[in-house]
Amino acid sequence: MTDPQQVAGAPSAPDGSPSGAPSARPEERPAGPPAAWRERGRRLGGAVAGASETWLLLALVILIVFFTVKAPGKFLTLTDFSLMGQDAAWLLVMAVGETFVILTAGIDLSVGSLLVLAGVMTDLYCIHHGGANASWTVIAVGSLIGLATGAAWGALQGFLVAKAKVPPLIVTLAGFIAAGEGVAYLITGGADFRTVPNRLVNTIGLGSVLGVPWLIVISFAVAIVGGLVLAFTRFGRYTYAIGSNAEAARRAGIAVDRHLIKVYALSGLLSGVGGILSLASFGSTTIAGHAFDNLEVITAVALGGASLFGGRGTMLGSFIGLAFSTVLLEGLVIIGVNQYWQEVAIGAALVAAVYLDQFRRRPRGGGRGRWAGLWPGRFGRQRA
Amino acid sequence: MTQPVLEARKLIKHYGHVLALDEADFTAFPGEVVALIGDNGAGKSTLVKTLVGAIRPDQGEILVDGAPVHLASPLDARGYGIEAVYQDLALAPDLDSAANLFLGRELYAVPFVRVLNRRAMRQRAVAAFAELGIELPDVGTPVGMLSGGQRQSIAVARAVAFASRIIFMDEPTAALGVVQRGRVLDVIRRVRDRGVSVVLVSHNMPEVLAVADRVEVLRMGRRVATYTAAQTSVDELVGAMTGALELTNGGQAQ
Repeated sequence: MTDPQQVAGAPSAPDGSPSGAPSARPEERPAGPPAAWRERGRRLGGAVAGASETWLLLALVILIVFFTVKAPGKFLTLTDFSLMGQDAAWLLVMAVGETFVILTAGIDLSVGSLLVLAGVMTDLYCIHHGGANASWTVIAVGSLIGLATGAAWGALQGFLVAKAKVPPLIVTLAGFIAAGEGVAYLITGGADFRTVPNRLVNTIGLGSVLGVPWLIVISFAVAIVGGLVLAFTRFGRYTYAIGSNAEAARRAGIAVDRHLIKVYALSGLLSGVGGILSLASFGSTTIAGHAFDNLEVITAVALGGASLFGGRGTMLGSFIGLAFSTVLLEGLVIIGVNQYWQEVAIGAALVAAVYLDQFRRRPRGGGRGRWAGLWPGRFGRQRA
Repeated sequence: MTQPVLEARKLIKHYGHVLALDEADFTAFPGEVVALIGDNGAGKSTLVKTLVGAIRPDQGEILVDGAPVHLASPLDARGYGIEAVYQDLALAPDLDSAANLFLGRELYAVPFVRVLNRRAMRQRAVAAFAELGIELPDVGTPVGMLSGGQRQSIAVARAVAFASRIIFMDEPTAALGVVQRGRVLDVIRRVRDRGVSVVLVSHNMPEVLAVADRVEVLRMGRRVATYTAAQTSVDELVGAMTGALELTNGGQAQ
């Protein structure tokens, strides 16, 4: 355990910094400059090789090469990265919230449904205040209503998880059904609103700023801010601490219940952002179009190295995880695989990601081999 | 006699029909190691939890430096410079040792938006560990990857770093090997030498006699005897704990 190589090769940096952490420890540098540089290089190398992001990035590159070779002149031209980014914009925004939730050892199945509900609420206001010709003020108020709906619903789910101690799987499954299949259909009467403010569609949905589509600008900005909050603020630190050992966090004086409510509210709020992006992109409330968003988002976060047992994962990982699943789906379309196989592929990727997480969580404190966690006999015994 | 740093007077605590504390008294003087011993079910954990603010007594008084205080939560206790090291450690295994040391008491680079000052926390953690002679390979390693002894050291260092009056340690050496056990005892002595009192809850009588200045014995929810460690023996302590010893013959029986 004293070997720095092994130490640096921790499965993922829990403080959320991708790989830069070792170089930020001046007090530990050896005296001489050349030795210091060698040591730093070695540590950095170990951290890069050990980070799950690195391996996923490698897999992503292989996947891109595979599709490029398999469909020459098609893959990178027909679906360029800009188009993929726009297709995945709301998924990325929701993946940011889902990352926080999963890091607390929770799960949020309601994201796609809250996206739909927030879009419906936003458009409901716009329709009654000008419809297709609604002004920016109306759009802004409508958006605030959508965001507030998502955040309030998320906060309610957080309250049920933290205070009523109902398992998050059940709470958010109920939220998924109630918001997506219930309330959204009640408000729309089962038929999509197709009147969406032109200004919203033409700007956020179809427009660009400095050549970059608004959908990408907004979703990347959310991801970057989310990543910074996770890695560098108290909010992020408490999120890791609660997912790692909620009782320890409680004894350390952290208001665990309040933090959980905030995290679920954040996830709901970001689903609301996704709802506005989706509304702008499709020009419709697409109430039936987001039933599997939750699985796609959770798959991306799990692929990105976040542990479903909480405490481990990074925003960068979730981003790369989403890029991986997006490339996989788009690539399968390009090479002409039957679309129903795509759902199978997503399911398989989710199982594979969680399986890999199980064996990355090898026993702590040494004693067992690196591969000990691969076999089913060890499943279920996770916590030290 | 010097003023006790922490004193409990006639604490009573019921759990349903079970009387966990039956007018229990407890005294800790400044700069001493006092061992709290008793058989299983004697009320040790209940007494400790009461004194660190984790549970509230039904009746009785707690005094800090002679003044009555009300400990509604562990945060209140901390405010009085009272810290605890729990038997099950209470560390977050995925966070590194610096993060665990400052858990709930983070330092900020930009306080307004709660941006953490990770460099300052790392440097102070290194200093805190060095001061107690704790050797860790790297303060950036998740504590879940460290040995039991190292984790115990971090838990102790956290209490030491923030306690100004007294530290409660519940079986701090129970899970440790011989060498690590010796190190933790060294740390306890070093803490005492800095003027912070240590309350050691332990079942290990030789260890109690090796490190404690005084011993308080709890039986059936009340203090039945106090001894000066240098003037007592394992047999005497066990006798007082089990009730086998006729306490009127004991050194300073209450």
